[in-house]
Amino acid sequence: MSMHKCGLFYTTYARENGLFPSKFQKTCLALFFVVLLVCPQFLDSYVMSILNLILIAVIGAVSLNLLTGVCGQMSLGHGAFVGVGAYGAAVLSNLGVPFFLALLGGGAVAALIGMVFGIPSLRLKGIYLAISTLAAQLILEYVFLHAGSLTGGANGLPVDAPEIMGYSFDTDSKIFYLILLVTVLCVLVVTNVIRTRPGRAFVAIRDYHQSAENVGVNLFAFKLQAFGLSSFLAGIAGGLWAHYTMYITPEQFSMGLSISYLAMIIIGGMGSVLGSIFGAIFITLLPEMLNLLTTSLGGIAPDLSAIIVPMKEGVFGLMLVLFLIFEPEGLARKWRLTKAYWKLFPFAY
Amino acid sequence: MEYYLQLIINGLVVGSIYSLVALGFVIIFKATKVVNFAQGELVMVGAYVCFSLTVQYQLPFLVSFLLTLVFSIALAILVERLILRPLIGEPIISVIMVTIGLSSMLKSFVQMTWGTQIQVFPPILPQEPYMLLGLPIAPVYVAAFGLSLLLFGVFTLFFKYSSLGIAMRATAFDQQAAQSMGIGIKSIFALSWCIAAVVSSIGGIILGNINGINAQLGHLGLKVFPAVILGGLDSLLGAALGGLIIGVLENICEGAAKDLFGLGGFKEVASFVILVVILMIRPYGLFGTKEIERV
Repeated sequence: MSMHKCGLFYTTYARENGLFPSKFQKTCLALFFVVLLVCPQFLDSYVMSILNLILIAVIGAVSLNLLTGVCGQMSLGHGAFVGVGAYGAAVLSNLGVPFFLALLGGGAVAALIGMVFGIPSLRLKGIYLAISTLAAQLILEYVFLHAGSLTGGANGLPVDAPEIMGYSFDTDSKIFYLILLVTVLCVLVVTNVIRTRPGRAFVAIRDYHQSAENVGVNLFAFKLQAFGLSSFLAGIAGGLWAHYTMYITPEQFSMGLSISYLAMIIIGGMGSVLGSIFGAIFITLLPEMLNLLTTSLGGIAPDLSAIIVPMKEGVFGLMLVLFLIFEPEGLARKWRLTKAYWKLFPFAY
Repeated sequence: MEYYLQLIINGLVVGSIYSLVALGFVIIFKATKVVNFAQGELVMVGAYVCFSLTVQYQLPFLVSFLLTLVFSIALAILVERLILRPLIGEPIISVIMVTIGLSSMLKSFVQMTWGTQIQVFPPILPQEPYMLLGLPIAPVYVAAFGLSLLLFGVFTLFFKYSSLGIAMRATAFDQQAAQSMGIGIKSIFALSWCIAAVVSSIGGIILGNINGINAQLGHLGLKVFPAVILGGLDSLLGAALGGLIIGVLENICEGAAKDLFGLGGFKEVASFVILVVILMIRPYGLFGTKEIERV
């Protein structure tokens, strides 16, 4: 059963830092991707749309985790940065810029705006930073709504489905491959940033900013980098989202979106890439599961559907509170414990 | 000119409600160092409970007002005991997120019980406006302003002279020292939540009398942040003045933006633009304690 060696046998640091230390992990991951690549052939468009939304949420959550979980800078404005990317990419794409360039352009605009709002982080920490990013969220929302000539205001902005070399990704299963590719790239970027020099500087800043500065970490530069990179990836997520839903309105990027990204990284596990992925899956599936529950209970209690919208929000809040009280390290820790259990199975003691 | 005078007076009335809510926020922050994102939802729940008792159960207003205060106290004790206490000593982001979760739960509770339509309070005060400097002012505005002023007076005296108030200030200053002097920190925490909930629901009831209530009332909680940052996070006087100043400033900005640039709805963000400016130049606010870090 056991595919792991019992103990650590690394002879170099490089090997210990490797992303996938054992052959078993590599095989599992390869199998997982094979399943992902094949599944659009067998699933209907409803399931595919949920998968697409999960993948986009994964980029958003991973990028926020880089800023908040790894670098310790709390942001209540991540939803708005996603929105900046979405509008940036949509406007560029409507001007006729090719898809990937528009996506990168949207990310760049988001990175710029994110860095501007990250500047106060040099002076502010904790609660003050949280409130200043909250201000960023509300100010950007106002801009989305009132810069009518650029963003379409409350009417929203239509976007075409992405087209590469004349091939149009216009169905859920076609665009799935595109989103999957970008998501994998983004997750790899974050994973690699975390285990290299800037990532270790981020962790040092999170753990104690003064000792980080004492050992020569330039606080301002690295905080700004964290804001920039995180907003860039958020912008990419936004660009993908705009091209996927083909229509964006300011309400999509409200305070609620920022909060759900924060919920993803808390329920998944702060500072853990795998955790953000779990969290994104959990938070995206939660309302769908509630829908399923109410439709299946519809025969017994028909008035349930009237309160489904507030119920979703209530369950969301309840989950957040329960996780914070009972499992503050999130699903990532649960996953570690489960793995540790199976490692020694069936000889647990 | 008259237009701006009217804006200033409107601002003072809205600002006095901001001050009330900010007072609740500051009391919780001072005693427990918890940043409460559910303050607006406490306002909303208070307003809805009072509405429900007065309109749906036909109780006299004074009775339902007192019952609402009792309900707020019970809710606050429950919240403090079940949700906040397990998180004492956790990092700030966890505490912020738990209050955000709490606000979602309260919002969903209100929407499930009372729906999302605007509900109108029955008129309690006379409708005939007073005249001040040639401007008509509804009595409910005067009552709002007066009640806010009264509550501030009461709490200032409470913190200055009553032994409970002094115990709360001691807890805010240094928890360990307070505990070694025989102050029960846990009951102080519960008490501060109770006061905050009571003050917020009074704010909610006043607001319900002015504008009616709907499920969006909780957004008011966000407006508290500019007020408390301007006043200083841990200052009662700051909360009072901050609320009033923000109320007036956002009304004037709204009027000016409409006059000069034809921009509508600037009120919603004006206070947050002010907030960013304050954070850049004076993050500890007008009366807050300046934090100094030494290595």
